[in-house]
Amino acid sequence: MSTIEQQESDETEAETETETAVESPGDRRRREKAERAVEDEARREAEEAAHEFDEAVELKVFRYDPEVQGKEEPRFDDFTVPFHKGMTVLDALIYSRDHYDSSLTFRHSCRQAVCGSDALFINGRQRLACKTQIADLDGDTIRVEPLPHQEVVKDLVVDMEHFYEQMHAVEPYFDPDELPDDEMEEQRQSRENREKIKMSTRCIWCGACMSSCNIAAGDNEYLGPAAINKAYRFAMDEREGENRKQERLRIVEQEHGVWRCQTQFSCTEVCPKDIPLTEHIQELKRESVKNNLKFW
Amino acid sequence: MYEHDVIVVGAGGAGLRAAIAAHEEGADVALVTKLHPVRSHTGAAEGGINAALREGDDWDLHAYDTMKGSDYLGDAPAIDVFAQDAPEEVVQLEHWGMPFSREDDGRASQRPFGGMSFPRTTYAGAETGHHLLHTMYEQVVKRGIEVYDEWYVTDLAVTDHEDPEDRECHGVIGYEIATGNVEGFRANDGVILATGGLGQAFDHTTNAVANTGDGCAMAYRAGVPLEDMEMIQFHPTTLPSTGVLISEGVRGEGGILYNDDEERFMFEYGYANNDGELASRDVVSRAELTEVNNGRGIEDEYVHLDMRHLGEERILDRLENILHLAEDFEGVDGLDEPMPVKPGQHYAMGGIECDENGATCVDGLYAAGETACVSLHGANRLGGNALPELLVFGARAGRHAAGADMKESEISTGPSAQSEPGDVEPPVEPGAVDAGSDDVAADGAAVEPDEVLEHAVQRERERVESFLEEDGINHAEVRSDVQETMTENVNVFREEDNLRQALRDIRAGRERYQDVAVADPSRTYNTDLIHTMETRNILDVAEAITLGALAREEFRGAHWRAEFQERRDEEWIKHTMLAWNDGTPELYYKPVLLESQWNEYEPKERSY
Ligand SMILES: Cc1cc2nc3c(=O)[nH]c(=O)nc-3n(C[C@H](O)[C@H](O)[C@H](O)COP(=O)(O)OP(=O)(O)OC[C@H]3O[C@@H](n4cnc5c(N)ncnc54)[C@H](O)[C@@H]3O)c2cc1C
Ligand code: SF4
Ligand code: FES
Repeated sequence: MSTIEQQESDETEAETETETAVESPGDRRRREKAERAVEDEARREAEEAAHEFDEAVELKVFRYDPEVQGKEEPRFDDFTVPFHKGMTVLDALIYSRDHYDSSLTFRHSCRQAVCGSDALFINGRQRLACKTQIADLDGDTIRVEPLPHQEVVKDLVVDMEHFYEQMHAVEPYFDPDELPDDEMEEQRQSRENREKIKMSTRCIWCGACMSSCNIAAGDNEYLGPAAINKAYRFAMDEREGENRKQERLRIVEQEHGVWRCQTQFSCTEVCPKDIPLTEHIQELKRESVKNNLKFW
Repeated sequence: MYEHDVIVVGAGGAGLRAAIAAHEEGADVALVTKLHPVRSHTGAAEGGINAALREGDDWDLHAYDTMKGSDYLGDAPAIDVFAQDAPEEVVQLEHWGMPFSREDDGRASQRPFGGMSFPRTTYAGAETGHHLLHTMYEQVVKRGIEVYDEWYVTDLAVTDHEDPEDRECHGVIGYEIATGNVEGFRANDGVILATGGLGQAFDHTTNAVANTGDGCAMAYRAGVPLEDMEMIQFHPTTLPSTGVLISEGVRGEGGILYNDDEERFMFEYGYANNDGELASRDVVSRAELTEVNNGRGIEDEYVHLDMRHLGEERILDRLENILHLAEDFEGVDGLDEPMPVKPGQHYAMGGIECDENGATCVDGLYAAGETACVSLHGANRLGGNALPELLVFGARAGRHAAGADMKESEISTGPSAQSEPGDVEPPVEPGAVDAGSDDVAADGAAVEPDEVLEHAVQRERERVESFLEEDGINHAEVRSDVQETMTENVNVFREEDNLRQALRDIRAGRERYQDVAVADPSRTYNTDLIHTMETRNILDVAEAITLGALAREEFRGAHWRAEFQERRDEEWIKHTMLAWNDGTPELYYKPVLLESQWNEYEPKERSY
């Protein structure tokens, strides 16, 4: 059963239960627990307000949970976090979760800007929480929200499915026209060619670029900067060969491909891996023009 | 219920490689992983991959270096197979498009690495792991292999025969993080555990937050022994606030370590007069901590790694990403200031006991990658040997699980492989509090696979329900206590009293864990619940590490003991094994194989 089917069937079950208005013991306990959770939180907030730190930062965090009473309406929670040098926004989120509210939900894993799971909207800009030093942010309050233009699952977690689909749409795998006869023989690649694709291979699939892009926000089918960059990574790899390159160009030339890009540079500005995304998109535009001229 | 021929748990380097191999063998494969594959920790590896690819090099030499590096606790058949298969695997990675750094002639570049007698470390910038992970995920996409991402595997569906060697694994139980749905995954041919490291048992580690030793703990409770768990590698240069790794490359280029008195202690205090900063990882780690313990540390915690004298040009050319790491994670500009560093947990040499084909003693259950112990790294892993391990043993496990004809293994597994049956006194009474020993293995020795699975699913649904419904303490309290005691007492320096203290703290943690509940009642993306279940696994692996460390009364590789300052070959060339034994951990030993069908190794002093 797919996730969506599963959700639907869960919803149906939920409906039937409301109709008959019989609360199962499990539901009752869970409801009571939710109520207690709300009370606990209020108490924690009070404790927190009473607490004074030498130096602290105020975190204003977006909260939303579709199924927990008191959290279905999006709101912001404030957390006061003691500050020390070197601390990142991710550290502050973890502190808030472990000390104030264990239900605070966000993705994270590597803490070193390689897993791409904690791209968030911090003080109005897409950033990796683990790579953002609190000391580098202006103002006394840090505002943390989920990535814009993505569906929010809960608190700071967004649904990445659409992003993954766009990545998969460009056939994101190496597919050379031919391989060396001897299977222990490497394919040769010049240093220059490796240098050319180097930046494009650094993408960690964080989704920051897609979230910052106005075009992607308005056109759900637009491949988006990350996927186009992925296409660039292979189209420019000399080991794949000319035939495959033509096919790759055909994919990015389609209606919702490179030509949608209006060179606003927002993707390039937010990319935590400094990938020159706009430049890569422009280069694919040029390649595809050259390509089409050849056919005319 | 979902059903596939082969279920691979975990989609880091090992899991992806296993899935591709099983698929090529014609099996219907699925990857079940708690993170999306590209978020796996393999992406963090920096340095490179070892394989004898060039003229003048030979797999024999690679094998010899690996055995010596292991301080003669590695098994020869595993090491030889590893060194033989590695070149083919690395070239294959290249054929899959891996963007390796290149030589002038267009071939993949290789560089020297610690403990290697030939420059055989192939690399892609200082982001080798990132490229390896993405390249392999791309191949998984190309083959259309099914991926269940953000599914947390909570346990295995294993029959409960008395003897683990009679048990069978029929699948796994998954918890879908987005919806809270608990489902069974039936594996017709085999389950491969590729769940990665266990660094989160410590509070200062280079490992990702997701590396909680889930695979080790699940296999252990299902009756598979854990091997050489005390062998934990500590890396001497990690950033104090986060544990982020500063590559050995900095010292390789000439970086210098200073104490608070601005003394170059590696030389001035004579820790390694010949090699200085470039001594092996364990030596440097011990030196740094000795400085701190003797009051010469900075802020009583760390030392300084200085690379300013290398000059901006050279730093930008070769160590650019180190500048980013220091800046992003410590707020320090490496061009203007020295960087703070201290030792951190880095790698688990031990893990789930398995043979050269990834098979464990439970039928249908395999292990590969950092969670497994073949045993390849013995008491000390050489840099650049973990990534080829993922490829070589991931592929073998995948093939075997999919039913390929494999050459019979030379390594034997399970309780019957023990060398000192019954006569080993555990140093303390283990497993005093067995939090939930009923979840060892599913009932149903004689019943249909589906029933074993259903029973296990039922049990997990109830466990999840009770976590969500009951009130209790938060797992974070238990988790941080265990992590702290491990770092305090089972670190680079190990002393009997401290190890016993750690065991007491872990026991106390187990007791408290029985009162743990989840405060967030939601079924939607409940990370509180996931972390609570992970904490149980952290307790199990922490206990195994500590027990093993207490039992091993010698100094070998990464394992230093205050009371025993020598490597004692006559007595200790043997693997420490720990079996869960239905909640009463049993300690026993298994011989180390210094001989394979190709080579015989003679233990020598390990000096660099
Ligand atoms: C900072 C750093 C640098 C390193 N550099 C090098 C190097 O240069 N060279 C080298 O050879 N080695 C290096 N290593 C070691 C090497 O990178 C790791 O040992 C290796 O990548 C581990 O791979 P893996 O596939 O076993 O696990 P991982 O890549 O950690 O993958 C584990 C997978 O299991 C999944 N998982 C875990 N638990 C569950 C569960 N309960 N249910 C479902 N899924 C689960 C995760 O989602 C993930 O997909 C380095 C390690 C670190 C930490
Ligand atoms: S291109 Fe940059 S911003 Fe976009 S997903 Fe990749 S790393 Fe993130
Ligand atoms: S936690 Fe991995 S990118 Fe931030």
